[in-house]
Amino acid sequence: MLDRVWKSTLGKKFLMAVTGTGLVLFVFVHMMGNLQMFLGPEVINRYAAMLQTSIEFLWPARFGLAIFALVHIGTGITLTWQNRQTRDQRYATRKLVKATLASRTMLWTGSFVALYVVYHLLHFTIGTIDLHLAEMKTPDGHRDVYRMLIWAFQDSRVACGYILAMGVLCFHLSHGIGALFQSLGIKKPGYEPLIYRLARLAALGLLVGFVSVPVAVQLGWLQ
Amino acid sequence: MKLDARIPSGPVPQKWSVCKRDLKLVAPNNKRKYEILVVGTGLAGSSAAATLAELGYQVKVFCLQDSPRRAHSVAAQGGINAAKNYQNDGDSVHRLFYDTIKGGDFRSREANVFRLAEVSVNIIDQCAAQGVPFAREYSGYLTNRSFGGAQVSRTFYARGQTGQQLLLGCYQAMLRQAHLGQVRIFPRTEMLDLVVVNGHAKGIVVRDLLTGKISSHAGDAVVLATGGYTNVFYLSTSGRGSNVTAIWRAYKKGAAFANPCFTQIHPTCIPVSGDYQSKLTLMSESLRNDGRVWVPKQPGDKRPPAEIPESDRDYYLERMYPAYGNLAPRDISSRATKRVCDEGRGVGPGGLGVYLDFSDALRRLGRSVIAERYGNLFEMYEEITAENAYETPMRIYPAPHYAMGGLWVDYHLMSNLPGLFVIGEANFSDHGANRLGASALMQGLADGYFILPYTIGNYIATAKQTRPQPDAAEFRESEAEVAATIKRLLAIRGKKTVRQFHKDLGKILWEKCGMARTAAGLQQALKEIPTLREEFWQNVSVPGDDADLNQSLEHAGRVADFFELGELMCRDALARNESCGGHFREEYQTADGECQRNDTEFAHVACWEYRSAQQPPVRHIEPLTFEEAHLAERSYK
Amino acid sequence: MKLKLRVWRQKNAHTPGQFVEYHADNLNPNMSFLEMLDVVNEQIAAKGEEPIAFDHDCREGICGACSCVINGEPHGPHDKVTTCQTYLRSFQDGATVTIEPFRANAFPLIKDLVVDRTAFDRIIQAGGYISVGTGHPPDANSLPVPKPLADLAMDAAACIGCGACVAACKNASAMLFVAAKVSHLNLLPQGQPERDVRALAMVDQMDKEGFGACTVTLSCQAVCPKGISGSFIAKMNRDFLRAMLLNP
Repeated sequence: MLDRVWKSTLGKKFLMAVTGTGLVLFVFVHMMGNLQMFLGPEVINRYAAMLQTSIEFLWPARFGLAIFALVHIGTGITLTWQNRQTRDQRYATRKLVKATLASRTMLWTGSFVALYVVYHLLHFTIGTIDLHLAEMKTPDGHRDVYRMLIWAFQDSRVACGYILAMGVLCFHLSHGIGALFQSLGIKKPGYEPLIYRLARLAALGLLVGFVSVPVAVQLGWLQ
Repeated sequence: MKLDARIPSGPVPQKWSVCKRDLKLVAPNNKRKYEILVVGTGLAGSSAAATLAELGYQVKVFCLQDSPRRAHSVAAQGGINAAKNYQNDGDSVHRLFYDTIKGGDFRSREANVFRLAEVSVNIIDQCAAQGVPFAREYSGYLTNRSFGGAQVSRTFYARGQTGQQLLLGCYQAMLRQAHLGQVRIFPRTEMLDLVVVNGHAKGIVVRDLLTGKISSHAGDAVVLATGGYTNVFYLSTSGRGSNVTAIWRAYKKGAAFANPCFTQIHPTCIPVSGDYQSKLTLMSESLRNDGRVWVPKQPGDKRPPAEIPESDRDYYLERMYPAYGNLAPRDISSRATKRVCDEGRGVGPGGLGVYLDFSDALRRLGRSVIAERYGNLFEMYEEITAENAYETPMRIYPAPHYAMGGLWVDYHLMSNLPGLFVIGEANFSDHGANRLGASALMQGLADGYFILPYTIGNYIATAKQTRPQPDAAEFRESEAEVAATIKRLLAIRGKKTVRQFHKDLGKILWEKCGMARTAAGLQQALKEIPTLREEFWQNVSVPGDDADLNQSLEHAGRVADFFELGELMCRDALARNESCGGHFREEYQTADGECQRNDTEFAHVACWEYRSAQQPPVRHIEPLTFEEAHLAERSYK
Repeated sequence: MKLKLRVWRQKNAHTPGQFVEYHADNLNPNMSFLEMLDVVNEQIAAKGEEPIAFDHDCREGICGACSCVINGEPHGPHDKVTTCQTYLRSFQDGATVTIEPFRANAFPLIKDLVVDRTAFDRIIQAGGYISVGTGHPPDANSLPVPKPLADLAMDAAACIGCGACVAACKNASAMLFVAAKVSHLNLLPQGQPERDVRALAMVDQMDKEGFGACTVTLSCQAVCPKGISGSFIAKMNRDFLRAMLLNP
């Protein structure tokens, strides 16, 4: 069966969709975490400390996410490569009926997001890009996430880069969330327009959620 | 020429049982030693190929199209008849049999027609089991509608795509056998000759349409299921590729051609709009269930239809044939339409059209019911004419649609050439001088699923012929002839295109051998066609070569055969001094303009025997006797 | 009316092709697109040159033979019709019209606008049927099929196998074609016994033929002359997953 999952296009799409679902859920949880910025330093720092200290939870989650990301990227690249082999002679005129920009650029938006994730990890999680961040601790010795974010997003280059990356991510998701229902076969005839509209709405919601923090910092609402 | 119809003894309703009882069988382990060649993949060909393969024979299948699924059966819209009596409206095998005999104006073979009605019920069961998505009631049971020439609802349908769905059913059954290795399919391959060895049909010569390669296939029996020849009229409802070539070459190898002049002109087609027109589009007869046909009472009334009050309209089918009304059979309706148009009461450009009006039904049933029944037909009409039939009546006019004539076959569906079986529209057997709506699908599948697979075994078991090698002398000769004809066509390099010749031939036939025929007109046609044919062979332009796909060359070969067929049709029409069904000789009509049959002299099948290019063909007859259905005047009044 | 045509001409699979321009004059807006090509072909043939080869047969939108990508759209600008049912009134007088064959490696070019779509037959051959032999199956009414189900199966069965879905898909994917057949048969009670093998076998064959994967752009649905819904692809995905899980 595993053989068939990997060898068939449908199986690979299935892997894409399952890992994509996992990653989307993570993105959602991440956003919920970020939004706690608006509840004040104690709340978000307590949340961060809870995550940091639950090693039994943290590492399996990190491990799982890494595997999901790798499988998602692996199937994405393989499928795109396969799809490129299907039409040697291209059309001279091409009206791209229906195929949205998001659907046609999944590999590029996906690659950008992957690279940004690496940068993002180096920046916040590992802390090798901005050495100041690693020094910010709360009195009880945990990371002061609240201050870290304010500090980082006060730098307009960081904020802009972040906003751009979230834009690309949500653009990627605007197609991905809708498509995963198709690949997983969760659909009833007549419901597609609704599914796609909700998917785009969800992507937009994620975008607003993520972008609200740097924007609030830049506007001085969060200090 | 020996024409033994081999009709079994006994009363008509028992004949098929008697026949099956007496048929010799081929043992299962022996069947795989026999190879059967099936030409054509419409309903008849595909169903036969699938069934023969299931029985264990090795089957080779040939078709012109790039896929067997595109054979022109796919275009049948309205439905398929079967004497299921699901509607409890008094249907029975006997009634379907009688309707078909009467619909054919008593010019078909009683025993064959009875068998057709008898196996019709199995067809529906078979197709439903294959997953054909027939229309259903909310109960989940099958539903029916009515068609012309019947007073019961016995027509099963799958929206307006019944032919397509039935064809996909047998196409899929055939591909299943291909998957199992029992069937080999040769698409884009055209049969160009029949090979006869020791008096038995033992093979065919084909041309690969992509490479031009000519090759031979030898078999233990040859089955022709190549459809009808109404493209001889140039404009018809047939697919553009439909042609007479396979059965014509078989005729020239000794198979009798029966009733070539029996062609059906379908009353409800979209009228011709210009001389660029390449084909005529049928609007399903099922539309006449709810549509009413009318013309203005006054000749030359140019008012738009909505402005013509009821009192100035002539619902001529309802007036002339009150018992059947708008569901009068096709030949009768077409002729009535021609008559009102000849009186100058036709509508639309050129006055060649009548209204098919749904306003009453729309008022009675509402738009959604009409859309459910005929939505795709209304859409199709709008695509073609840019008119919305929900708001303004459709305009329709008759067009050539079906060939009742074809190669002569006996009760076993074998031609007078042993080993040559002919099924579906390609044979002549079941529809007499006129076919009823929704009966062609029935016949194609009856022949292919339930009749031929029995009778072909009897031939194989009794003929005891060995299969020749495809490099035998007879094959070599045929290949050389075929190659020579192709070379000759390519060498002419004349000035006039194949299509132009085809159009010219079609015009002669439509005018002189179409809906109404006269002795003088037919004699005239018999002078014009040979002249045109001479010109063809001197002045046709066939560009390109023989090594790649060459559609002009394919067309040229088919038109060459149409010339010869056209001549035979006129000969046949001229020799049949009576009017019956679709064959209307103006000299033979009743006082009110109906067909006047002559049962004492013409209650027979006319079977033409080819002799040579120099000698005219010989007309033989197979007398028709009627025991179960008594000869009667055919009235729908 | 007049049109300027740019038509892909290619003698055969081994010879490179190119666009050739033709001027089509004296056209009638009520002509079908293929009738316009007929007229152009008559002019070409009258000069003794080889006419443009294109597949066509029924010319009423049901056989699935006609193809062509017209101005970048399979079956031309009009929705839910085939090329043969496209009429010149869909074009502007004097417009330039580019006509190309369906392009996909799984549909090798044969000549001019003619391509080889036998890959579709092989996919059906792999499992697109209900394995019932000719014989005496039970009475058709002994197996009632709920009307909504029968209607849905008919929606899927309406596929004409033209290949426009493949031509339009950026990945040349045949998912809509395969999904239509899988759904037609897998929806019906008659098709249940072979539901799993059918989905597995047809998808395997589809992959073998070199069609691409589905990126769920639904351009296939947009160009389908029979308006087959892309939701059948979800149905097939579901059937395929189920089959994979139940038949490890």
